[in-house]
Amino acid sequence: MKVLVCLKQVPHSDARLDIRDDGAWIKDDGVKFEINSYDTYALEQALRVKDAGEAEVVVVSIGPDRVTQALRTALGMGADRAVHVNDPEAEGSDPLGVAKILAAVAAEESPDLILTGFMSEDGNFAAVPPMVARLQGIPSATAVVQCEISDSSVRVERELEGGAMEVVDLEMPCLIALQTGANQVRYASLKGIMQAKKKPVDAKTVADLGLAGQVGASAVKVVIEKIYRPDKGEGAEMLEGSTGEVVSQLVGKIKELGLL
Amino acid sequence: MDFSSDPELESIAREAENLASAFDDDYWSEHDEKKQFPWDFYRAFAEQGWMGIAIPEKYGGAGLGVLHAGTLLHTVAGSAGAMNAASTLHLSIFGMGPVIHHGSEALKEKVLPPTARGDLHTSFGVTEDDAGTDTSRIRTAARRDGDRWIVNGKKVWNTKAQQCQKILLLARTTPRDECARRFDGLTLFLADLDPDHVEIREIPKMGRNAVNSNEVFLRDLPVSNEDVVGEVGRGFYHLLDGINPERIMVAAEAVGIGLRAIDKAVAYAKERIVFDRPIGQNQAVAHPLGDSYSELQAADLLWKHAAWTYDRGLPAGGLTNMAKLRCADAGFRACDRALQTFGGFGYAREFHVERYWREARLMRLAPISQEMALNFVTEHVLGLPRSY
Ligand SMILES: Cc1cc2nc3c(=O)[nH]c(=O)nc-3n(C[C@H](O)[C@H](O)[C@H](O)COP(=O)(O)OP(=O)(O)OC[C@H]3O[C@@H](n4cnc5c(N)ncnc54)[C@H](O)[C@@H]3O)c2cc1C
Repeated sequence: MKVLVCLKQVPHSDARLDIRDDGAWIKDDGVKFEINSYDTYALEQALRVKDAGEAEVVVVSIGPDRVTQALRTALGMGADRAVHVNDPEAEGSDPLGVAKILAAVAAEESPDLILTGFMSEDGNFAAVPPMVARLQGIPSATAVVQCEISDSSVRVERELEGGAMEVVDLEMPCLIALQTGANQVRYASLKGIMQAKKKPVDAKTVADLGLAGQVGASAVKVVIEKIYRPDKGEGAEMLEGSTGEVVSQLVGKIKELGLL
Repeated sequence: MDFSSDPELESIAREAENLASAFDDDYWSEHDEKKQFPWDFYRAFAEQGWMGIAIPEKYGGAGLGVLHAGTLLHTVAGSAGAMNAASTLHLSIFGMGPVIHHGSEALKEKVLPPTARGDLHTSFGVTEDDAGTDTSRIRTAARRDGDRWIVNGKKVWNTKAQQCQKILLLARTTPRDECARRFDGLTLFLADLDPDHVEIREIPKMGRNAVNSNEVFLRDLPVSNEDVVGEVGRGFYHLLDGINPERIMVAAEAVGIGLRAIDKAVAYAKERIVFDRPIGQNQAVAHPLGDSYSELQAADLLWKHAAWTYDRGLPAGGLTNMAKLRCADAGFRACDRALQTFGGFGYAREFHVERYWREARLMRLAPISQEMALNFVTEHVLGLPRSY
């Protein structure tokens, strides 16, 4: 079985972030990066398939040179091979642009299973995984908290609104987007780190994937206007007393504001 | 000179940081206060094979050098665990140096694989109360008894002895006044800490309390001839293959803990508003942090230079002692300035810098005091007459 895992490198959860002068994104020089935590569950799931039997795990990531760190970590954890789409032309892609690139890599690799995180912690669109599946013409499931993978199909449990769950069967090839906490993610071992040095990382450009002019900042359909921190509101007022008292005070406030 | 980044060292630092970051400041202050050995932390590192970083591949390790091991410990000391975390791993990493370089094949096969797996813990037994820094005057003695040795004496400051099955023990086998040179006649043993012959008493101490240090009393402790490390009578010289790497690793740790303290202080100096401005806007607060940060960067280059030199088998004694000296000072000063930046809150346990401060202070005393490191530099690097 061949499993393709899509990884995104995002600012580290501890990083202190500043907004860029043009207001359209954060400043990323000097910022520490890590693998998007949702994607680490996807990688762990893939490595479990490999632990359980014969499987090749290929990781793919799009981004500048720094992304090599994320790919090295994945190789150190046990992935076999990496594809790094490293091309300034890919920069500034919207979710559709990213999905086109990943789908093109998937078309070259023809995996039985594509595993991704449910969304990225920086962009929060949760749009890329279903788009990749659509572009590849394969079934997909998102918000997956558990999967049972057999030779030619996958049974997944996914989260619905209001705490309900859904069980879905998918025929391979298919794409599964994992929710956080789906499993316990392993760490790279020292042996793994040493072996990772010898594992291949294929660098690709947008043109190599036949996507020249179709992705990147010039091809976006979704434009980020600006990002900003909402102004802090003036001090919140805490209502105190028994539940009954708090409710009547609250109703009073709402009336006072003319909202009722 | 090549300052480009080394992917292997970067990977070691990144993955060690990943793993260490699972153990936060609260985990460590709790273990420190309760004097609990951090087994979860130790096991996490042992499971991923880190204990074998400097053990040859033939015996189940990764076969890397002091530069790599130093990078690991620098990273670990820069995590929330600071010296508690580094000391938890440190002994298994440098302690086997004399065995690797001088031990018999049989001894290596017996002890190196379980050390690399993290199953075998060995304490380092050199210091004694009466001898102090003058190691040639240790009184612990071993006498031959057929094909074994019987050891009597007392060691002090044996770190982690309560968790260790073995002790790398330096003992006199020929009286000092019968030897041509004062460091002759000492022998290194890899002895079992056999409870029938060994008593361990913890020394209450100022900091780094998740990892114990102890007095160890040895009464008629039998050690088999196979557990002699290297040649009888040449133990002190063999020990140098543990002592120099240890000093370099401690230097690396001191820089790690200093950088962590500065990082915390900088974040606090940006956020803490007094007199309507962040305290970091005052140069009296900012400059010491900038000064310490640059001092740490300079010290960082020095331990790496020492490690690089040692790993190439070149004479590294001078660089090693200079690195220990500069890194320990820079690390402690950084922690002290961080504590000052926090004002009164720096003294509160809650902010953790007081814990770093207590731990960084140790680096100026052990494994060699600043004064003795300077004695080495003045005598062996500058060629000045020996003062003692
Ligand atoms: C927490 C901790 C853990 C330790 N762990 C271990 C361990 O695991 N194994 C082990 O073997 N040891 C260990 N040590 C011991 C450590 O290596 C010694 O404490 C250190 O080498 C100093 O020796 P001393 O304490 O006997 O000081 P002393 O030799 O008594 O020196 C006292 C002071 O006098 C100064 N001094 C002495 N002679 C001179 C001179 N000629 N010129 C100038 N100054 C001089 C010293 O620098 C020092 O400031 C540990 C110590 C500590 C505090």
